[in-house]
Amino acid sequence: MSSPPSPSGALRHVTGAPEAGAAMAASSTAPAALSLRVVAECGRSRARACELRLPHGTVECPVFMPVGTQGTMKGLTASQLDRLGCRLCLGNTYHLGMRPGPDLIKKANGLHGFMNWSRNLLTDSGGFQMVSLVELSEVTEEGVQFCSPYDGKEILLTPEKSIEIQNALGSDIMMQLDDVVSSTVSGPRVEEAMFRSIRWLDRCIAAHSQPSKQNLFAIIQGGLDPTLRTKCLEEMSKRDVPGFAIGGLSGGEAKDHFWRMVALSTDHLPRSKPRYLMGVGYATDLVVCVALGCDMFDCVFPTRTARFGSALVPWGSLQLKNKQYAKDFRPIDENCHCPTCQRYSRAFLNALFRIDTAAMHHVTVHNIAYQLNLMRSIRESIIEQRFPEFVQNFMKTMYGNSDHYPQWATEALDSVGITLE
Amino acid sequence: MKLSLSKIVDGCRLGTLTNLSRKGVQSMDIPGCLLYTRMGSAPHLTHDTLQTVKGVPVVAQLSLSTLADLHEVLAEYKEGAAKFIGMAESVLYCSLHDPVICSPPGYNNNKTVSIWGCGGRIEMTASKFMTIQQVIQPDWFQCLSDGDTIAGEISKKRAKKSVDRSLSFLDECLQLQEELPGLQKSLIIGVIEGGDVLEERLRSAKETAKRPVAGFILDGFQGSAMTKETKLQLLSSVTAELPEEKPRLIHGIGRPDEVLECVERGVDIFDSCFPYQVTERGCALFFNYNYQPDPETEVIQENGQTDVRKEDDEKSENVTPSGPQEMTHFEICLKEKRYQDDFGPLVKGCSCYCCQNHSCAYIHHLLVTNELLAGVLLMTHNFQHYFGFFCSIRDALKENKLDQLKKSVNSQAL
Ligand SMILES: [Zn+2]
Ligand SMILES: [Zn+2]
Repeated sequence: MSSPPSPSGALRHVTGAPEAGAAMAASSTAPAALSLRVVAECGRSRARACELRLPHGTVECPVFMPVGTQGTMKGLTASQLDRLGCRLCLGNTYHLGMRPGPDLIKKANGLHGFMNWSRNLLTDSGGFQMVSLVELSEVTEEGVQFCSPYDGKEILLTPEKSIEIQNALGSDIMMQLDDVVSSTVSGPRVEEAMFRSIRWLDRCIAAHSQPSKQNLFAIIQGGLDPTLRTKCLEEMSKRDVPGFAIGGLSGGEAKDHFWRMVALSTDHLPRSKPRYLMGVGYATDLVVCVALGCDMFDCVFPTRTARFGSALVPWGSLQLKNKQYAKDFRPIDENCHCPTCQRYSRAFLNALFRIDTAAMHHVTVHNIAYQLNLMRSIRESIIEQRFPEFVQNFMKTMYGNSDHYPQWATEALDSVGITLE
Repeated sequence: MKLSLSKIVDGCRLGTLTNLSRKGVQSMDIPGCLLYTRMGSAPHLTHDTLQTVKGVPVVAQLSLSTLADLHEVLAEYKEGAAKFIGMAESVLYCSLHDPVICSPPGYNNNKTVSIWGCGGRIEMTASKFMTIQQVIQPDWFQCLSDGDTIAGEISKKRAKKSVDRSLSFLDECLQLQEELPGLQKSLIIGVIEGGDVLEERLRSAKETAKRPVAGFILDGFQGSAMTKETKLQLLSSVTAELPEEKPRLIHGIGRPDEVLECVERGVDIFDSCFPYQVTERGCALFFNYNYQPDPETEVIQENGQTDVRKEDDEKSENVTPSGPQEMTHFEICLKEKRYQDDFGPLVKGCSCYCCQNHSCAYIHHLLVTNELLAGVLLMTHNFQHYFGFFCSIRDALKENKLDQLKKSVNSQAL
């Protein structure tokens, strides 16, 4: 005869991850605002093609989500973005919470209404921006305290407040407030942040007022420490959240640490829920991390770099402002079908950059098209069971010679069974 | 190019220009305006956002000042500016200067005219000018001319010089055109100068009209150095000297009330830099160009949001003649706090992309946060509103109701 396991055994920890029971019970009663269908899986790697059903339509994964910080996609109209095939894009809670503020957006029927975007939206928690943009921010158990850069007022962003704002914005996917630590920091602060993020997840779940309309994602923390990350994964996967994000990475850590943490995370995350790798958007990173099993990505890079005249192409990028393009009458990419490449040459864009903002819009259009096309090609290759060949070709086009392949990428791909020639 | 006038009422000319270009198919109704572009690109807009604007003029205006730096590039390209700028299908008119940019005075002489490109001042001789036109391959172009008479009071001597030089440039350019194979199909528009000196204006008009030009530019009327009375008097006198069958263009005149004054004095074609300037100051065109005495809409006009918005404007502004950078009474400023929670469109009933899809509150937010989309959306509305105004001028002329339109527009100018 064995005694039943103690309910208060293994999980207890000094700084304390609370038990998942209460939070799970609260959210599991509501009907889901999200469903994920795995359409195809790569026979060799962890790559998968999914269909993510959200309140504002179906999103085909793997997906890249362009970032529209202030409720606008950098000079593109909502209909241009729609025509490029974007079905899910990002808004930043920190910026929108400051200006125009949640009350006004609520009056405009949420962020969808305010920016007139009929497809899906994801909002972050606001925490990351606060810690990275506002110098004098302070994190306590209660939340993140900071001074508004607009009027100097002290503001406390708690998990409850973040969810309240995101509920007002009405995004299809909301992110929990997490305790963000730079990925280059190590030591007890990382552990503290990890456990606090779990506690804040529970407070976010409890504060979420419309789980049938909006999906709250958990964010896996734990820095670059495999033990802490595993612990976080174990705890958070017990919560009945609709999806998971892998957080605390792509903040300047070595790529070798980065991919191992991604691989560790996807290894533990449930197959039935979407996995969102935050802040990743370089083409190589996207291809490798899809192989490691991630479904969703976001990054400001493609749109930001566009405004500086950098156009993304399968073999890298073109700095269109450089003199070498002044008499180059080819389109950015002869194989690209975007509206920019259909009509304008590198030479024209080179000249227009000196004169009008439309030049930025042209390159933004192209770069978003590039990112979305890349993800589409990845997805097709997974469905057609030729993802490893796709990766092979992608790397060859991007780097030419295999001597130039980044070592971390080769190792990461190797770890999931894709060995580059 | 062929102009068929269907009607002339009190000096106002209604008609159609056909055979606009080497492509031959397009036509343009007058009074009308050109599409203002910067290096061939409608400001802020990509091809697909421009496509959403209704009533876009068939003739796009670009300026030599923005293209001159590119002449080596275009020379190598060989296929002309229209194709280079991605507008192979439109008719191109190349003006000497960008109507938005004030060139500093005092740089022209008997042999050269200075224009200001991105890289600074460029001195144009007639032969350099024609060589550049040859690589641009415009459908029409403004002849090299000395229009340096607008900065303030000028002497009679200076006015005479502007006419003499411009005529001599014209003769030289016409001569060169015969020798340059690439320019056979481009049309030269002659330029009427003479500052505010009536006899010089008349001489310029008569002499230019003797030459084989395709049309006339009434130059030097932009800015506020001349009084309005002088300006209008000169315009009437000049157009009286010009042959009826050729179009008359004017640059830098864009305010709706001023456009109507020029139309009454026989001017046919305007540029559309005004809606661009309105966009750049964060404003939206907001004036009524409906001339139909429709009792229902009049009630809305009197009691509706239109006047509520306008009243506040009047409190905060003086009724002095506005320079190009000052806000006029034909627009509203979306940066103002009162639009923060205004969920209505810029203009009720406007069918433009911006008004159909977005609110004043959203535009206000975009302006406050310095987002690029503000310029895009305001530009689509302002262009469409402005092009609609020109359509209304033609319709009013057709129906003999220009007086009603003028009355309505003038009442809004105060
Ligand atoms: Zn492209
Ligand atoms: Zn409008």
